[in-house]
Amino acid sequence: MNRQSLENPSDTSLSRVDGAAKVTGTAIYSAEYAVPGIVHAVLVTSTIAKGSITAIESHEAETVPGVLAVISHLNAITVPGWPPKKQPAERVPPGTAFRVFYDSLIYFDGQPVAMIVAGTHEQAAHAASLVRVTYRQEAHQTHFEKNMGKSGIPLNAQRAQNSPFQDYERGDASALHNADVRIDAEYTIPTQHHQPLEPHAIIAVWEGDDKLTVYDKNQGVKSAQGQLAQAFKLPRENVEVVSKYIGGAFGSGIRVWPHTLAAVIAAKQLKRPVKLVLGREQMFTSVGYRPYTKQKISIGAVKDGRLAGIVHEGTGQTSMYEEHLERTVFASRALYACPHVATRYRLLPLDVNTPTWMRGPGDATGMFALESAMDELAYALKTDPLEFRLKNYAESDPERNLPWSAKSLRECYELGAEKIGWKNRLPEPRSVKRNGMLLGYGMASSLYGFHRHPSRARAVMQADGSVIVQSATMDIGPGTGTAMTRIAAKVLGMNAQKVRFDLGHSALPDAPGQNGSSTIPSVGSAVHVVCEALKSKLIALAGEMSDRFKATGQVVAKNGQLFSPAEDKDGLSYADILKYHHLNELEVMEESKSGAERDQYSMYSFGCHFVEVEVNPLTGEVRVTRVVTCADVGAIINYKTARSQSIGGIVGGIGMALMEHSAMDHRFGRYVTTDFASYHIPVHADVPPIEVYYIDKPDVQANPIGSKGLGEIAIVGVAGAIANAVFHATGKRLRELPITPDKLI
Amino acid sequence: MKPFQYLRPKSVAEAISMAADYPEAQYIAGGTNLVDLMKRGIASPSKLIDINHLPLKKIEHRYDRLRIGALALNSDVAKHKSVVSRQPLLAQALLAGASGQLRNMATVGGNLLQRTRCSYFYDLALPCNKRKPGAGCGAEAGINRTHAIFFAGNGFGGNEKSACIAVHPSDMCVALTALDTEVVINGTGGERRVLLKDFHRLSTLQPELDTNLQPGELVTAIEVTDNAFAQHSHYLKVRDRASYAFALVSVAAALQMDGGRIWDARMALGGVAHKPWRYWAIDLMLRGQAPSEKLFREVAEHEMQSAKATEQNAFKIKLTSNAIVAALKAATGIS
Repeated sequence: MNRQSLENPSDTSLSRVDGAAKVTGTAIYSAEYAVPGIVHAVLVTSTIAKGSITAIESHEAETVPGVLAVISHLNAITVPGWPPKKQPAERVPPGTAFRVFYDSLIYFDGQPVAMIVAGTHEQAAHAASLVRVTYRQEAHQTHFEKNMGKSGIPLNAQRAQNSPFQDYERGDASALHNADVRIDAEYTIPTQHHQPLEPHAIIAVWEGDDKLTVYDKNQGVKSAQGQLAQAFKLPRENVEVVSKYIGGAFGSGIRVWPHTLAAVIAAKQLKRPVKLVLGREQMFTSVGYRPYTKQKISIGAVKDGRLAGIVHEGTGQTSMYEEHLERTVFASRALYACPHVATRYRLLPLDVNTPTWMRGPGDATGMFALESAMDELAYALKTDPLEFRLKNYAESDPERNLPWSAKSLRECYELGAEKIGWKNRLPEPRSVKRNGMLLGYGMASSLYGFHRHPSRARAVMQADGSVIVQSATMDIGPGTGTAMTRIAAKVLGMNAQKVRFDLGHSALPDAPGQNGSSTIPSVGSAVHVVCEALKSKLIALAGEMSDRFKATGQVVAKNGQLFSPAEDKDGLSYADILKYHHLNELEVMEESKSGAERDQYSMYSFGCHFVEVEVNPLTGEVRVTRVVTCADVGAIINYKTARSQSIGGIVGGIGMALMEHSAMDHRFGRYVTTDFASYHIPVHADVPPIEVYYIDKPDVQANPIGSKGLGEIAIVGVAGAIANAVFHATGKRLRELPITPDKLI
Repeated sequence: MKPFQYLRPKSVAEAISMAADYPEAQYIAGGTNLVDLMKRGIASPSKLIDINHLPLKKIEHRYDRLRIGALALNSDVAKHKSVVSRQPLLAQALLAGASGQLRNMATVGGNLLQRTRCSYFYDLALPCNKRKPGAGCGAEAGINRTHAIFFAGNGFGGNEKSACIAVHPSDMCVALTALDTEVVINGTGGERRVLLKDFHRLSTLQPELDTNLQPGELVTAIEVTDNAFAQHSHYLKVRDRASYAFALVSVAAALQMDGGRIWDARMALGGVAHKPWRYWAIDLMLRGQAPSEKLFREVAEHEMQSAKATEQNAFKIKLTSNAIVAALKAATGIS
């Protein structure tokens, strides 16, 4: 029985348009393109965290049959967009992207120091194991706690006048002293890695000296195109980036990483197409991570349950060469109606690679702390955690003093509480057992800012009445093509089978990368607008064929035909319109972007998660046994894929809360949990029934489709809800993730 | 991975003679561990002797013994009628291990010979006495949350110096250790038998040796003698996620009960030592007693007196104690 159809029997949403290709293996991923003359590369990475390379002994590697080159800073071609090398090499100032094979300096363990290129992957891998690199080692600092004193205000906040990362205060945070009940607590989130199942991979192909094609796993073909064009000083249009199918990314593909450039350098140097696929262990030091973050929250309330003040401080890890900034403390400014709020955000540079955005970046981290603290305060006030949140419900944005464009968080709370049976919960912690297990319920809110970027889309009606819609957007898993197909089919009144949506290619119309839950709001709007424009054109052409279509207001599109009036039995098909006008195709291009509404309204996606857990009182094992998640993201475009996206976020949240922890041995500055046997992500047995509900009410201020982003709020708050449920089950308040058995026995 | 030559013997005898001819060769069965070791550069045999097609898959019960061929797949053993009815502890332990896909590839012989999953062992850039004797133990003062709490000499007058604090990763071997299993081994000198308790080694000062198998020897079968534990046995595995994770701690408990009292008991612990850790005194402590949580707690704490924690795994002492109590409760059916 199909669970989804049980939850929503009236659902008419589309199944994934590329589902069959994916499950039958015909979808081509980045590493799978058959390029004639391709050769294979394997990286050799540093085994020290700081210092410099003194020698690279590669003679033995070069004798391996099939080896074509050993590339390193000793012989790599000059990347034209990089400054000339200094002699002797100098460490770069913060704010400089790492340059691969540039000089002898080591900035982090796992840094690429050489690359073998060979006829086969096996030859390259074997040769790579024979390369001996010697180093002059310098003392490294990778231990977050021991270096906390070196954290500081981000340079970004020091330099940029309106940086949101500056210290923030509204009201008077010292008002906390007046609180009747107050919690001061510290929260720790360890480094966590995206680890999508598909490793990052690239095939780099140069056609001559000035034309580059890359088949690369990334989350933004246009942004990758721009970064590669800049590095190699090429006109943008000479760089073609193809990234059609992506086996998960969660943020790891937002930027162009050193390994991508390494492959491009090698391909140029050897004048051969080069394929590079990262090994699983290399994925821990090559494509970013959710940074180790320490937070402090002081939060207080007066007796009647109103918040008296919140002070939220967060310090995140970054590298020595770049600043990675996150929205860690932002939620505390906007989520609750609290008159006195102060936030401070600091960075701690360490001898590690640069972190990056990982699903719900900053907010997932910050909301673990805030929603844990809210829960703790509710217990201290002897108030129901949900009632406490409702008491401090923000009817307008307290940070920007603007009305919300739309907010149905209250409805989310009510629906979630009803579905999980919140009112039947006994408030006393550690008071209920089921089959010998401690039973607990917890909840947390979720929010994520609205991101809409200028986007373009092209729609081309074909002579047979089918339509091709195109935009350089991406699909890292949410089902972008499916949602866009649905939007186009709806606007044009067509069967979705007659719509083809193209994405993941840099030659397509401009679109943002897939990040910040911005795809549906941005690209969905562009697709809507371009299909409306195409429909108008078709109506105008129909008007030239028959007077009844001249009253454009009464024309209706359905079944690939225009009807006027709507109830008319005889329609005029799109194919006939094009045929009448001797058109082989009809093309429209449109751009869609935000306007003045962004200054008039504050826009967020909202949601909440309710979680049931069982904790084994003897072994401390936590099992999430039920999740109810409710989201208010405006209109739902395609329920089936949206639901999958919510489920994926919950699963990620379960991993964040209970398992994921990249452990580093600081004596070496090296991660030791570099495989799936030691870096745990949830398996099927860890994933309980997840019930997904949407308010599904269009946010008419947000954009033409009334739809806001879903990707991030699916995970934001989940770790807090689980930690709160664990407290309810056990009476233990755990403020350090992940919540593993050792912390509960 | 270092290039290697692939050999395919036609018989057990030929396999053994190949191994004798090529000391640098290794047998390969399911390959679920060896291939990883080769990819990471930890094992680099120049020849692989593929034994998968040899006639060592049979599972049969004859007279008073269950004999399982070394090439029987973990998944086949776990669902075999004789195993489920006579040695349910073994079936439970097998199903607690790895994933369905791995169990479909992994063999019984390979399971006996799998190597520790200690992260220091798997990373050539980190020190490891097991991989490179004398290099030092990275885990001892490093990341050792999952490492051993029992060492050679435990229970016999204190801890001896151990060069390796890694744990044996198998679930199957924990159950088999509790069940007094015998390992059938073939070599150039013919067949010999070793009790499983003597098959694996504690680490002592030669941690590079996981077992007492001699070079070139081939495990051909295991044998478990019938017992009266089927009604009261339980395999409990505590792990960081619900499936597909190595044990933080596991307990194989096998009891014989009559008239509300325990008359015979065997127990082995997993995830706590360099080999499955047999709790020898349990029979003495439980024999003739009526099950109770208080008794089980005493029994558990008794064995834990000789446990020794490293920096990050002190929790394992309490966790093991709790797991013993939970396993005994489940095996005896008390709540």
